[in-house]
Amino acid sequence: MTASVANANGYNFAYLDEQTKRMIRRGLLKAVAIPGYQVPFGGREMPMPYGWGTGGMQLTASVLGQDDVLKVIDQGADDTTNAVSIRAFFERVAGVTTTTATAEADVIQTRHRIPEQPLCQGQLLIFQVPIPEPLRFIEPSEEETRLMHALEEYGVMHVKLYEDIARHGHIATTYAYPVKVDGRYVTDPSPIPKFDNPKLHMSEALMLFGAGREKRLYAIPPHTRVESLDFDDHPFEVQQWDAPCAICGARDTFLDEVITDDQGGRMFVCSDTDYCQSRVEEVA
Amino acid sequence: MKCPNLDRATLLEARGVSRLYGPGKGCEAIDICLHRGEVLGIVGESGSGKSTLLRLLAGMERPDAGQVVYHSHEGELDLYAIGEARRRALLRMEWGLVHQNPRDGLRLGVSAGANIGERLMALGERHYGQLRAAGQDWMGRVELDPRRIDDAPQTFSGGMQQRLQIARTLVTRPNLVFMDEPTGGLDVSVQARLLDMLRTLVRELGLSVILVTHDLAVARLLAHRLMVMRRGQVVETGLTDQILDDPQHAYTQLLVSSVLTP
Repeated sequence: MTASVANANGYNFAYLDEQTKRMIRRGLLKAVAIPGYQVPFGGREMPMPYGWGTGGMQLTASVLGQDDVLKVIDQGADDTTNAVSIRAFFERVAGVTTTTATAEADVIQTRHRIPEQPLCQGQLLIFQVPIPEPLRFIEPSEEETRLMHALEEYGVMHVKLYEDIARHGHIATTYAYPVKVDGRYVTDPSPIPKFDNPKLHMSEALMLFGAGREKRLYAIPPHTRVESLDFDDHPFEVQQWDAPCAICGARDTFLDEVITDDQGGRMFVCSDTDYCQSRVEEVA
Repeated sequence: MKCPNLDRATLLEARGVSRLYGPGKGCEAIDICLHRGEVLGIVGESGSGKSTLLRLLAGMERPDAGQVVYHSHEGELDLYAIGEARRRALLRMEWGLVHQNPRDGLRLGVSAGANIGERLMALGERHYGQLRAAGQDWMGRVELDPRRIDDAPQTFSGGMQQRLQIARTLVTRPNLVFMDEPTGGLDVSVQARLLDMLRTLVRELGLSVILVTHDLAVARLLAHRLMVMRRGQVVETGLTDQILDDPQHAYTQLLVSSVLTP
Protein backbone atom coordinates (compact mmCIF):
# COMPACT_ATOMS: atom_id res chain seq x y z
CA MET A 1 0.00 0.00 0.00
CA THR A 2 1.36 3.43 -0.89
CA ALA A 3 1.16 6.54 1.22
CA SER A 4 -1.14 8.46 -1.09
CA VAL A 5 -4.15 6.33 -0.51
CA ALA A 6 -7.03 8.79 -0.59
CA ASN A 7 -9.06 8.54 -3.76
CA ALA A 8 -10.55 11.41 -5.68
CA ASN A 9 -13.94 10.51 -4.24
CA GLY A 10 -12.75 10.99 -0.67
CA TYR A 11 -12.58 7.36 0.39
CA ASN A 12 -9.41 5.72 1.57
CA PHE A 13 -8.11 3.09 -0.87
CA ALA A 14 -10.51 0.11 -0.72
CA TYR A 15 -12.82 1.84 1.76
CA LEU A 16 -11.32 0.61 5.07
CA ASP A 17 -8.78 2.76 6.91
CA GLU A 18 -5.18 1.55 7.02
CA GLN A 19 -5.21 0.60 10.72
CA THR A 20 -8.22 -1.64 10.22
CA LYS A 21 -6.58 -3.29 7.22
CA ARG A 22 -3.45 -3.92 9.28
CA MET A 23 -5.51 -5.46 12.05
CA ILE A 24 -7.26 -7.76 9.59
CA ARG A 25 -3.97 -8.69 7.92
CA ARG A 26 -2.51 -9.63 11.30
CA GLY A 27 -5.55 -11.85 11.85
CA LEU A 28 -5.04 -13.37 8.41
CA LEU A 29 -1.40 -14.17 9.17
CA LYS A 30 -2.50 -16.01 12.27
CA ALA A 31 -5.22 -17.80 10.32
CA VAL A 32 -2.71 -18.96 7.70
CA ALA A 33 -0.31 -20.11 10.42
CA ILE A 34 -3.02 -22.25 12.04
CA PRO A 35 -5.03 -23.67 9.12
CA GLY A 36 -8.74 -23.91 9.87
CA TYR A 37 -8.56 -22.06 13.19
CA GLN A 38 -11.15 -19.30 13.59
CA VAL A 39 -9.44 -16.02 14.44
CA PRO A 40 -11.62 -13.31 16.00
CA PHE A 41 -11.22 -9.85 14.50
CA GLY A 42 -12.75 -6.46 15.15
CA GLY A 43 -15.20 -6.43 12.27
CA ARG A 44 -16.14 -3.01 10.91
CA GLU A 45 -19.46 -1.69 9.76
CA MET A 46 -19.62 -1.97 5.98
CA PRO A 47 -21.99 0.03 3.79
CA MET A 48 -24.32 -2.92 3.32
CA PRO A 49 -26.27 -5.27 5.58
CA TYR A 50 -24.83 -8.27 7.40
CA GLY A 51 -25.40 -11.41 5.40
CA TRP A 52 -24.53 -9.76 2.11
CA GLY A 53 -20.84 -10.50 2.30
CA THR A 54 -19.45 -7.96 4.76
CA GLY A 55 -16.88 -10.48 6.04
CA GLY A 56 -15.57 -11.29 2.59
CA MET A 57 -15.49 -7.60 1.66
CA GLN A 58 -13.38 -6.66 4.66
CA LEU A 59 -10.84 -9.35 3.79
CA THR A 60 -10.83 -8.28 0.15
CA ALA A 61 -10.38 -4.64 1.15
CA SER A 62 -7.41 -5.46 3.35
CA VAL A 63 -5.52 -7.69 0.90
CA LEU A 64 -6.30 -5.81 -2.30
CA GLY A 65 -3.36 -4.05 -3.99
CA GLN A 66 -3.63 -1.23 -6.49
CA ASP A 67 -2.46 -3.42 -9.39
CA ASP A 68 -4.65 -6.39 -8.52
CA VAL A 69 -7.43 -7.58 -10.78
CA LEU A 70 -10.63 -8.42 -8.92
CA LYS A 71 -13.35 -10.91 -9.76
CA VAL A 72 -16.52 -11.31 -7.72
CA ILE A 73 -18.90 -14.25 -8.05
CA ASP A 74 -22.19 -15.05 -6.41
CA GLN A 75 -23.27 -18.73 -6.56
CA GLY A 76 -20.86 -19.09 -9.47
CA ALA A 77 -22.32 -16.22 -11.50
CA ASP A 78 -20.62 -12.92 -12.30
CA ASP A 79 -23.85 -11.13 -13.19
CA THR A 80 -26.07 -11.46 -10.12
CA THR A 81 -26.93 -8.53 -7.83
CA ASN A 82 -24.50 -9.33 -5.04
CA ALA A 83 -21.56 -9.86 -7.40
CA VAL A 84 -22.32 -6.79 -9.51
CA SER A 85 -22.67 -4.47 -6.52
CA ILE A 86 -19.52 -5.65 -4.75
CA ARG A 87 -17.54 -5.37 -8.00
CA ALA A 88 -18.88 -1.86 -8.57
CA PHE A 89 -18.08 -0.97 -4.98
CA PHE A 90 -14.41 -1.86 -5.31
CA GLU A 91 -14.17 -0.23 -8.73
CA ARG A 92 -15.35 2.94 -7.09
CA VAL A 93 -13.49 2.97 -3.77
CA ALA A 94 -10.27 1.24 -4.89
CA GLY A 95 -10.18 1.99 -8.59
CA VAL A 96 -8.94 -1.53 -9.32
CA THR A 97 -9.45 -3.36 -12.58
CA THR A 98 -12.16 -5.98 -12.46
CA THR A 99 -12.73 -8.99 -14.63
CA THR A 100 -15.07 -11.92 -15.01
CA ALA A 101 -12.38 -14.29 -16.29
CA THR A 102 -11.13 -16.62 -13.56
CA ALA A 103 -7.65 -16.98 -15.05
CA GLU A 104 -7.05 -13.20 -15.21
CA ALA A 105 -8.07 -12.48 -11.62
CA ASP A 106 -5.61 -12.06 -8.75
CA VAL A 107 -8.25 -11.80 -6.06
CA ILE A 108 -11.59 -13.61 -6.35
CA GLN A 109 -14.29 -12.89 -3.81
CA THR A 110 -16.87 -15.62 -3.87
CA ARG A 111 -20.21 -16.37 -2.39
CA HIS A 112 -20.76 -20.13 -2.03
CA ARG A 113 -18.82 -21.51 -5.03
CA ILE A 114 -15.26 -22.32 -6.08
CA PRO A 115 -14.65 -21.62 -9.80
CA GLU A 116 -14.58 -24.67 -12.06
CA GLN A 117 -11.32 -23.70 -13.69
CA PRO A 118 -8.49 -24.84 -11.40
CA LEU A 119 -6.90 -21.93 -9.54
CA CYS A 120 -3.19 -21.37 -9.76
CA GLN A 121 -0.42 -20.29 -7.45
CA GLY A 122 -0.64 -16.64 -6.41
CA GLN A 123 -4.39 -16.40 -6.74
CA LEU A 124 -6.48 -15.55 -3.70
CA LEU A 125 -9.95 -16.90 -3.11
CA ILE A 126 -12.00 -15.05 -0.51
CA PHE A 127 -15.17 -16.65 0.81
CA GLN A 128 -18.18 -14.93 2.33
CA VAL A 129 -19.17 -16.96 5.38
CA PRO A 130 -22.50 -16.71 7.20
CA ILE A 131 -21.79 -19.05 10.16
CA PRO A 132 -18.13 -19.96 10.63
CA GLU A 133 -18.67 -22.47 13.44
CA PRO A 134 -19.26 -26.03 12.17
CA LEU A 135 -20.22 -27.20 15.68
CA ARG A 136 -22.87 -24.49 16.12
CA PHE A 137 -25.86 -26.67 15.20
CA ILE A 138 -24.84 -29.29 17.74
CA GLU A 139 -23.56 -27.02 20.50
CA PRO A 140 -25.07 -23.55 20.82
CA SER A 141 -22.54 -22.23 23.36
CA GLU A 142 -19.57 -20.37 21.88
CA GLU A 143 -17.50 -21.00 25.00
CA GLU A 144 -18.12 -24.72 24.72
CA THR A 145 -17.39 -24.93 20.99
CA ARG A 146 -14.08 -23.15 21.46
CA LEU A 147 -13.15 -25.65 24.13
CA MET A 148 -14.22 -28.50 21.85
CA HIS A 149 -11.94 -27.15 19.11
CA ALA A 150 -9.09 -26.73 21.56
CA LEU A 151 -9.43 -30.28 22.85
CA GLU A 152 -10.24 -31.79 19.43
CA GLU A 153 -13.57 -33.14 20.68
CA TYR A 154 -15.08 -33.71 17.29
CA GLY A 155 -17.15 -36.86 17.89
CA VAL A 156 -20.37 -34.87 17.69
CA MET A 157 -19.69 -33.88 14.07
CA HIS A 158 -20.37 -37.47 13.10
CA VAL A 159 -23.64 -37.43 15.06
CA LYS A 160 -25.05 -35.09 12.43
CA LEU A 161 -23.87 -37.31 9.59
CA TYR A 162 -25.25 -40.40 11.39
CA GLU A 163 -28.58 -38.66 11.70
CA ASP A 164 -28.55 -37.92 7.96
CA ILE A 165 -28.04 -41.56 7.05
CA ALA A 166 -30.64 -42.72 9.59
CA ARG A 167 -33.22 -40.35 8.10
CA HIS A 168 -32.41 -40.37 4.40
CA GLY A 169 -30.36 -43.50 3.84
CA HIS A 170 -27.35 -41.47 2.72
CA ILE A 171 -25.45 -38.39 3.87
CA ALA A 172 -27.94 -35.73 2.85
CA THR A 173 -25.77 -32.74 3.74
CA THR A 174 -25.11 -31.15 0.36
CA TYR A 175 -23.58 -27.81 1.25
CA ALA A 176 -21.45 -26.47 4.13
CA TYR A 177 -20.15 -30.03 4.37
CA PRO A 178 -17.71 -30.16 7.32
CA VAL A 179 -14.03 -30.74 6.58
CA LYS A 180 -10.97 -31.44 8.67
CA VAL A 181 -8.11 -29.13 7.77
CA ASP A 182 -4.55 -30.42 8.04
CA GLY A 183 -5.71 -33.24 10.29
CA ARG A 184 -6.54 -30.84 13.10
CA TYR A 185 -9.38 -28.31 12.96
CA VAL A 186 -12.88 -29.21 11.83
CA THR A 187 -13.95 -26.30 9.66
CA ASP A 188 -17.05 -25.10 7.87
CA PRO A 189 -16.02 -24.50 4.26
CA SER A 190 -18.84 -21.86 4.03
CA PRO A 191 -21.99 -22.97 2.22
CA ILE A 192 -20.23 -24.16 -0.93
CA PRO A 193 -21.84 -27.28 -2.43
CA LYS A 194 -20.03 -30.42 -1.35
CA PHE A 195 -19.20 -30.78 -5.05
CA ASP A 196 -16.50 -28.16 -4.40
CA ASN A 197 -15.04 -29.81 -1.29
CA PRO A 198 -12.40 -31.83 -3.21
CA LYS A 199 -11.11 -28.54 -4.68
CA LEU A 200 -10.14 -27.40 -1.18
CA HIS A 201 -7.69 -30.27 -0.84
CA MET A 202 -4.10 -29.39 -1.81
CA SER A 203 -5.26 -26.25 -3.57
CA GLU A 204 -2.72 -24.09 -5.38
CA ALA A 205 -4.45 -20.89 -4.30
CA LEU A 206 -4.66 -19.39 -0.82
CA MET A 207 -8.22 -19.51 0.49
CA LEU A 208 -9.44 -16.98 3.05
CA PHE A 209 -12.78 -17.04 4.83
CA GLY A 210 -14.46 -14.02 6.41
CA ALA A 211 -17.62 -13.93 8.52
CA GLY A 212 -18.73 -10.33 9.05
CA ARG A 213 -21.56 -10.81 11.49
CA GLU A 214 -19.70 -13.33 13.62
CA LYS A 215 -16.41 -11.42 13.26
CA ARG A 216 -14.30 -14.48 12.56
CA LEU A 217 -11.79 -15.22 9.83
CA TYR A 218 -9.94 -18.40 8.92
CA ALA A 219 -7.80 -19.73 6.13
CA ILE A 220 -6.84 -22.80 4.17
CA PRO A 221 -3.30 -22.21 2.90
CA PRO A 222 -2.08 -23.71 -0.39
CA HIS A 223 -1.04 -27.38 -0.36
CA THR A 224 -2.98 -28.20 2.79
CA ARG A 225 -4.72 -31.49 3.41
CA VAL A 226 -8.50 -31.06 3.57
CA GLU A 227 -10.63 -34.13 4.26
CA SER A 228 -14.41 -34.24 4.18
CA LEU A 229 -15.81 -36.12 7.17
CA ASP A 230 -17.56 -39.41 6.41
CA PHE A 231 -18.18 -42.98 7.57
CA ASP A 232 -16.18 -46.04 6.47
CA ASP A 233 -19.28 -47.62 4.96
CA HIS A 234 -20.75 -44.33 3.69
CA PRO A 235 -17.80 -42.56 2.07
CA PHE A 236 -17.92 -38.93 1.01
CA GLU A 237 -19.40 -38.46 -2.48
CA VAL A 238 -20.12 -35.42 -4.61
CA GLN A 239 -23.33 -34.68 -6.48
CA GLN A 240 -23.86 -36.09 -9.97
CA TRP A 241 -26.27 -35.14 -12.72
CA ASP A 242 -27.94 -37.25 -15.39
CA ALA A 243 -27.70 -34.63 -18.10
CA PRO A 244 -24.82 -32.38 -19.23
CA CYS A 245 -25.00 -28.57 -19.10
CA ALA A 246 -27.72 -27.43 -21.54
CA ILE A 247 -25.55 -24.55 -22.78
CA CYS A 248 -21.98 -25.83 -23.01
CA GLY A 249 -22.44 -29.58 -22.65
CA ALA A 250 -20.01 -29.93 -19.75
CA ARG A 251 -20.39 -33.11 -17.72
CA ASP A 252 -17.95 -32.38 -14.93
CA THR A 253 -19.32 -29.14 -13.52
CA PHE A 254 -21.80 -28.13 -10.83
CA LEU A 255 -25.18 -27.60 -12.49
CA ASP A 256 -28.02 -25.30 -11.47
CA GLU A 257 -31.60 -26.19 -12.21
CA VAL A 258 -33.31 -23.39 -14.13
CA ILE A 259 -37.09 -23.30 -14.47
CA THR A 260 -37.88 -22.09 -17.98
CA ASP A 261 -41.68 -21.82 -17.99
CA ASP A 262 -44.69 -22.63 -15.85
CA GLN A 263 -45.41 -25.86 -17.73
CA GLY A 264 -42.76 -27.81 -15.83
CA GLY A 265 -40.00 -26.99 -18.32
CA ARG A 266 -36.53 -26.93 -16.83
CA MET A 267 -32.91 -27.19 -17.80
CA PHE A 268 -29.61 -27.72 -16.08
CA VAL A 269 -26.83 -25.23 -16.71
CA CYS A 270 -23.36 -24.62 -15.27
CA SER A 271 -23.50 -22.48 -12.15
CA ASP A 272 -20.07 -21.04 -13.06
CA THR A 273 -21.12 -18.62 -15.81
CA ASP A 274 -17.58 -17.63 -16.79
CA TYR A 275 -16.53 -21.26 -17.27
CA CYS A 276 -19.67 -22.03 -19.27
CA GLN A 277 -19.19 -19.02 -21.53
CA SER A 278 -15.53 -19.75 -22.15
CA ARG A 279 -16.44 -23.29 -23.20
CA VAL A 280 -19.08 -22.00 -25.60
CA GLU A 281 -16.56 -19.54 -27.11
CA GLU A 282 -13.98 -22.31 -27.48
CA VAL A 283 -16.38 -24.44 -29.49
CA ALA A 284 -17.55 -21.52 -31.65
CA MET B 1 -18.64 -71.65 49.98
CA LYS B 2 -17.38 -69.01 47.63
CA CYS B 3 -15.66 -66.27 49.55
CA PRO B 4 -16.01 -62.70 48.34
CA ASN B 5 -12.78 -60.98 47.45
CA LEU B 6 -12.44 -58.50 50.28
CA ASP B 7 -9.41 -56.48 49.26
CA ARG B 8 -10.26 -55.41 45.75
CA ALA B 9 -8.17 -52.71 44.11
CA THR B 10 -9.12 -49.10 44.72
CA LEU B 11 -10.57 -47.26 41.74
CA LEU B 12 -11.37 -43.80 43.00
CA GLU B 13 -10.28 -42.02 46.13
CA ALA B 14 -11.17 -38.70 47.67
CA ARG B 15 -8.73 -37.33 50.21
CA GLY B 16 -10.19 -34.62 52.36
CA VAL B 17 -12.10 -32.86 49.58
CA SER B 18 -13.98 -29.71 50.49
CA ARG B 19 -16.12 -27.36 48.52
CA LEU B 20 -18.12 -24.91 50.58
CA TYR B 21 -20.55 -22.36 49.25
CA GLY B 22 -21.18 -21.17 52.81
CA PRO B 23 -21.00 -22.65 56.32
CA GLY B 24 -22.66 -26.09 56.16
CA LYS B 25 -23.42 -25.62 52.43
CA GLY B 26 -21.46 -27.87 50.11
CA CYS B 27 -19.23 -30.58 51.45
CA GLU B 28 -16.37 -30.58 53.88
CA ALA B 29 -13.28 -32.76 54.38
CA ILE B 30 -14.66 -35.91 52.81
CA ASP B 31 -12.68 -39.12 52.38
CA ILE B 32 -13.97 -41.78 50.05
CA CYS B 33 -12.50 -44.99 48.78
CA LEU B 34 -14.32 -46.76 45.96
CA HIS B 35 -13.16 -50.27 45.06
CA ARG B 36 -13.42 -51.88 41.64
CA GLY B 37 -16.82 -53.43 40.98
CA GLU B 38 -18.38 -51.74 43.96
CA VAL B 39 -21.57 -49.70 44.10
CA LEU B 40 -21.29 -46.90 46.63
CA GLY B 41 -24.47 -45.09 47.61
CA ILE B 42 -24.47 -41.55 48.93
CA VAL B 43 -27.69 -40.72 50.76
CA GLY B 44 -28.89 -37.69 52.66
CA GLU B 45 -31.53 -35.02 52.62
CA SER B 46 -31.80 -32.24 50.04
CA GLY B 47 -29.02 -29.72 50.49
CA SER B 48 -26.74 -32.11 52.34
CA GLY B 49 -24.02 -31.82 49.70
CA LYS B 50 -24.57 -35.11 47.85
CA SER B 51 -24.66 -33.62 44.40
CA THR B 52 -21.75 -31.27 45.12
CA LEU B 53 -19.71 -34.27 46.18
CA LEU B 54 -20.67 -36.08 42.97
CA ARG B 55 -19.60 -33.10 40.89
CA LEU B 56 -16.28 -32.96 42.72
CA LEU B 57 -15.67 -36.67 42.20
CA ALA B 58 -16.70 -36.58 38.55
CA GLY B 59 -14.23 -33.83 37.72
CA MET B 60 -16.86 -31.22 37.03
CA GLU B 61 -16.06 -28.86 39.87
CA ARG B 62 -12.70 -28.07 41.40
CA PRO B 63 -12.57 -28.61 45.18
CA ASP B 64 -11.35 -25.85 47.51
CA ALA B 65 -9.12 -28.35 49.26
CA GLY B 66 -8.23 -32.01 49.01
CA GLN B 67 -7.50 -34.41 46.19
CA VAL B 68 -9.51 -36.74 44.00
CA VAL B 69 -7.36 -39.61 42.79
CA TYR B 70 -8.36 -42.01 40.03
CA HIS B 71 -6.46 -45.28 39.74
CA SER B 72 -6.35 -45.80 35.99
CA HIS B 73 -4.48 -48.44 34.01
CA GLU B 74 -1.59 -46.03 33.73
CA GLY B 75 -1.36 -45.46 37.47
CA GLU B 76 -2.67 -42.83 39.84
CA LEU B 77 -4.16 -39.69 38.35
CA ASP B 78 -4.83 -36.66 40.52
CA LEU B 79 -8.00 -35.44 38.87
CA TYR B 80 -7.39 -31.75 39.35
CA ALA B 81 -3.64 -31.82 38.77
CA ILE B 82 -3.96 -33.25 35.24
CA GLY B 83 -5.01 -30.91 32.46
CA GLU B 84 -8.56 -30.17 31.48
CA ALA B 85 -8.08 -32.00 28.19
CA ARG B 86 -7.11 -35.22 29.98
CA ARG B 87 -9.92 -34.81 32.51
CA ARG B 88 -12.55 -34.36 29.84
CA ALA B 89 -11.14 -37.28 27.88
CA LEU B 90 -11.42 -39.40 31.01
CA LEU B 91 -15.04 -38.40 31.48
CA ARG B 92 -15.71 -39.15 27.83
CA MET B 93 -13.90 -42.44 27.53
CA GLU B 94 -13.56 -44.22 30.86
CA TRP B 95 -16.36 -42.73 32.90
CA GLY B 96 -20.07 -42.24 32.48
CA LEU B 97 -22.55 -39.87 34.02
CA VAL B 98 -26.29 -40.50 34.35
CA HIS B 99 -28.22 -37.32 35.08
CA GLN B 100 -31.35 -37.15 37.16
CA ASN B 101 -33.23 -35.53 34.30
CA PRO B 102 -32.69 -37.53 31.10
CA ARG B 103 -33.09 -34.31 29.12
CA ASP B 104 -29.77 -33.12 30.57
CA GLY B 105 -27.99 -36.24 29.41
CA LEU B 106 -29.59 -36.75 26.00
CA ARG B 107 -29.32 -34.82 22.77
CA LEU B 108 -32.96 -34.14 22.12
CA GLY B 109 -32.48 -32.98 18.55
CA VAL B 110 -31.19 -36.30 17.23
CA SER B 111 -32.59 -39.83 17.14
CA ALA B 112 -32.19 -42.51 19.80
CA GLY B 113 -29.59 -44.30 17.69
CA ALA B 114 -27.47 -41.19 17.30
CA ASN B 115 -27.65 -40.65 21.06
CA ILE B 116 -26.39 -44.13 21.77
CA GLY B 117 -23.73 -43.88 19.08
CA GLU B 118 -22.33 -40.51 20.15
CA ARG B 119 -19.84 -41.80 22.68
CA LEU B 120 -18.68 -44.48 20.25
CA MET B 121 -18.16 -41.83 17.57
CA ALA B 122 -16.22 -39.73 20.06
CA LEU B 123 -13.96 -42.75 20.56
CA GLY B 124 -13.35 -42.90 16.82
CA GLU B 125 -15.90 -45.45 15.59
CA ARG B 126 -16.47 -44.57 11.94
CA HIS B 127 -18.57 -47.46 10.64
CA TYR B 128 -22.25 -46.64 10.32
CA GLY B 129 -23.37 -50.27 10.22
CA GLN B 130 -21.54 -51.11 13.43
CA LEU B 131 -22.83 -47.98 15.17
CA ARG B 132 -26.33 -48.96 14.26
CA ALA B 133 -25.87 -52.55 15.39
CA ALA B 134 -24.52 -51.30 18.73
CA GLY B 135 -27.50 -48.96 19.04
CA GLN B 136 -29.99 -51.76 18.44
CA ASP B 137 -28.16 -54.11 20.78
CA TRP B 138 -28.19 -51.55 23.58
CA MET B 139 -31.80 -50.59 23.06
CA GLY B 140 -32.61 -54.27 23.57
CA ARG B 141 -30.49 -54.41 26.71
CA VAL B 142 -32.31 -51.51 28.33
CA GLU B 143 -35.66 -53.01 27.31
CA LEU B 144 -36.50 -50.52 24.60
CA ASP B 145 -37.90 -51.64 21.26
CA PRO B 146 -34.93 -51.73 18.83
CA ARG B 147 -37.31 -50.79 16.00
CA ARG B 148 -37.63 -47.37 17.56
CA ILE B 149 -33.94 -46.60 16.94
CA ASP B 150 -34.75 -43.72 14.58
CA ASP B 151 -37.30 -42.06 16.84
CA ALA B 152 -36.55 -38.78 18.58
CA PRO B 153 -36.10 -38.91 22.38
CA GLN B 154 -39.08 -36.58 22.86
CA THR B 155 -41.38 -39.31 21.61
CA PHE B 156 -40.26 -41.59 24.48
CA SER B 157 -41.84 -41.57 27.93
CA GLY B 158 -39.88 -40.37 30.98
CA GLY B 159 -38.86 -43.87 32.04
CA MET B 160 -37.86 -44.77 28.49
CA GLN B 161 -35.78 -41.61 28.18
CA GLN B 162 -33.98 -42.55 31.38
CA ARG B 163 -33.25 -46.01 29.99
CA LEU B 164 -32.04 -44.44 26.77
CA GLN B 165 -29.71 -42.24 28.76
CA ILE B 166 -28.36 -45.28 30.56
CA ALA B 167 -27.80 -47.08 27.25
CA ARG B 168 -26.03 -44.02 25.87
CA THR B 169 -23.73 -43.92 28.90
CA LEU B 170 -22.96 -47.62 29.15
CA VAL B 171 -22.40 -48.28 25.44
CA THR B 172 -18.66 -47.62 25.77
CA ARG B 173 -18.47 -49.89 28.83
CA PRO B 174 -17.10 -47.28 31.20
CA ASN B 175 -15.04 -48.30 34.23
CA LEU B 176 -16.84 -45.97 36.53
CA VAL B 177 -20.37 -44.59 36.38
CA PHE B 178 -21.76 -41.67 38.35
CA MET B 179 -25.50 -41.67 38.82
CA ASP B 180 -27.39 -38.71 40.22
CA GLU B 181 -30.86 -39.79 41.35
CA PRO B 182 -31.32 -42.12 38.36
CA THR B 183 -34.91 -42.92 39.35
CA GLY B 184 -35.98 -39.45 40.47
CA GLY B 185 -39.19 -38.24 38.92
CA LEU B 186 -40.41 -41.66 37.83
CA ASP B 187 -43.47 -43.40 39.17
CA VAL B 188 -42.94 -46.43 41.39
CA SER B 189 -43.67 -49.23 38.93
CA VAL B 190 -41.38 -47.69 36.31
CA GLN B 191 -38.81 -47.14 39.06
CA ALA B 192 -38.91 -50.78 40.05
CA ARG B 193 -38.29 -51.98 36.50
CA LEU B 194 -35.50 -49.48 35.98
CA LEU B 195 -33.83 -50.54 39.23
CA ASP B 196 -34.12 -54.18 38.26
CA MET B 197 -32.51 -53.44 34.91
CA LEU B 198 -29.76 -51.34 36.47
CA ARG B 199 -28.96 -54.08 38.96
CA THR B 200 -28.63 -56.62 36.16
CA LEU B 201 -26.42 -54.34 34.07
CA VAL B 202 -24.19 -53.47 37.01
CA ARG B 203 -23.64 -57.14 37.73
CA GLU B 204 -23.21 -58.20 34.09
CA LEU B 205 -20.72 -55.50 33.22
CA GLY B 206 -19.02 -55.44 36.61
CA LEU B 207 -19.49 -51.68 36.84
CA SER B 208 -18.18 -49.51 39.63
CA VAL B 209 -20.84 -46.99 40.49
CA ILE B 210 -21.20 -43.95 42.68
CA LEU B 211 -24.89 -43.46 43.21
CA VAL B 212 -26.40 -40.35 44.71
CA THR B 213 -29.96 -40.68 45.95
CA HIS B 214 -32.32 -39.48 48.63
CA ASP B 215 -34.37 -42.63 48.22
CA LEU B 216 -33.28 -45.28 50.71
CA ALA B 217 -35.13 -48.02 48.84
CA VAL B 218 -33.04 -47.33 45.74
CA ALA B 219 -29.90 -47.40 47.85
CA ARG B 220 -30.96 -50.69 49.46
CA LEU B 221 -31.48 -52.34 46.08
CA LEU B 222 -28.36 -51.13 44.29
CA ALA B 223 -25.65 -50.11 46.71
CA HIS B 224 -23.15 -52.36 48.41
CA ARG B 225 -21.96 -49.66 50.71
CA LEU B 226 -23.60 -46.48 51.94
CA MET B 227 -22.46 -43.07 53.06
CA VAL B 228 -24.91 -40.89 54.93
CA MET B 229 -24.40 -37.15 54.51
CA ARG B 230 -25.76 -34.25 56.47
CA ARG B 231 -24.84 -30.57 56.26
CA GLY B 232 -21.87 -31.27 54.05
CA GLN B 233 -20.37 -33.94 56.27
CA VAL B 234 -20.38 -37.72 56.30
CA VAL B 235 -22.12 -38.81 59.48
CA GLU B 236 -22.05 -42.55 58.97
CA THR B 237 -20.61 -45.05 56.55
CA GLY B 238 -20.81 -48.82 56.26
CA LEU B 239 -22.42 -51.76 54.47
CA THR B 240 -25.89 -50.94 53.15
CA ASP B 241 -27.77 -53.50 55.16
CA GLN B 242 -25.85 -52.66 58.29
CA ILE B 243 -26.69 -48.97 58.01
CA LEU B 244 -30.32 -49.44 57.10
CA ASP B 245 -31.04 -52.17 59.61
CA ASP B 246 -28.91 -50.92 62.50
CA PRO B 247 -28.32 -47.19 62.13
CA GLN B 248 -25.94 -45.78 64.74
CA HIS B 249 -25.98 -42.05 64.21
CA ALA B 250 -29.04 -40.13 65.38
CA TYR B 251 -29.55 -38.56 61.97
CA THR B 252 -29.38 -41.92 60.19
CA GLN B 253 -31.90 -43.31 62.65
CA LEU B 254 -34.19 -40.41 61.84
CA LEU B 255 -33.69 -40.89 58.11
CA VAL B 256 -34.39 -44.62 58.25
CA SER B 257 -37.42 -44.24 60.49
CA SER B 258 -38.95 -41.54 58.31
CA VAL B 259 -39.26 -43.81 55.26
CA LEU B 260 -42.90 -44.32 54.41
CA THR B 261 -44.00 -47.91 54.16
CA PRO B 262 -47.39 -48.68 52.68
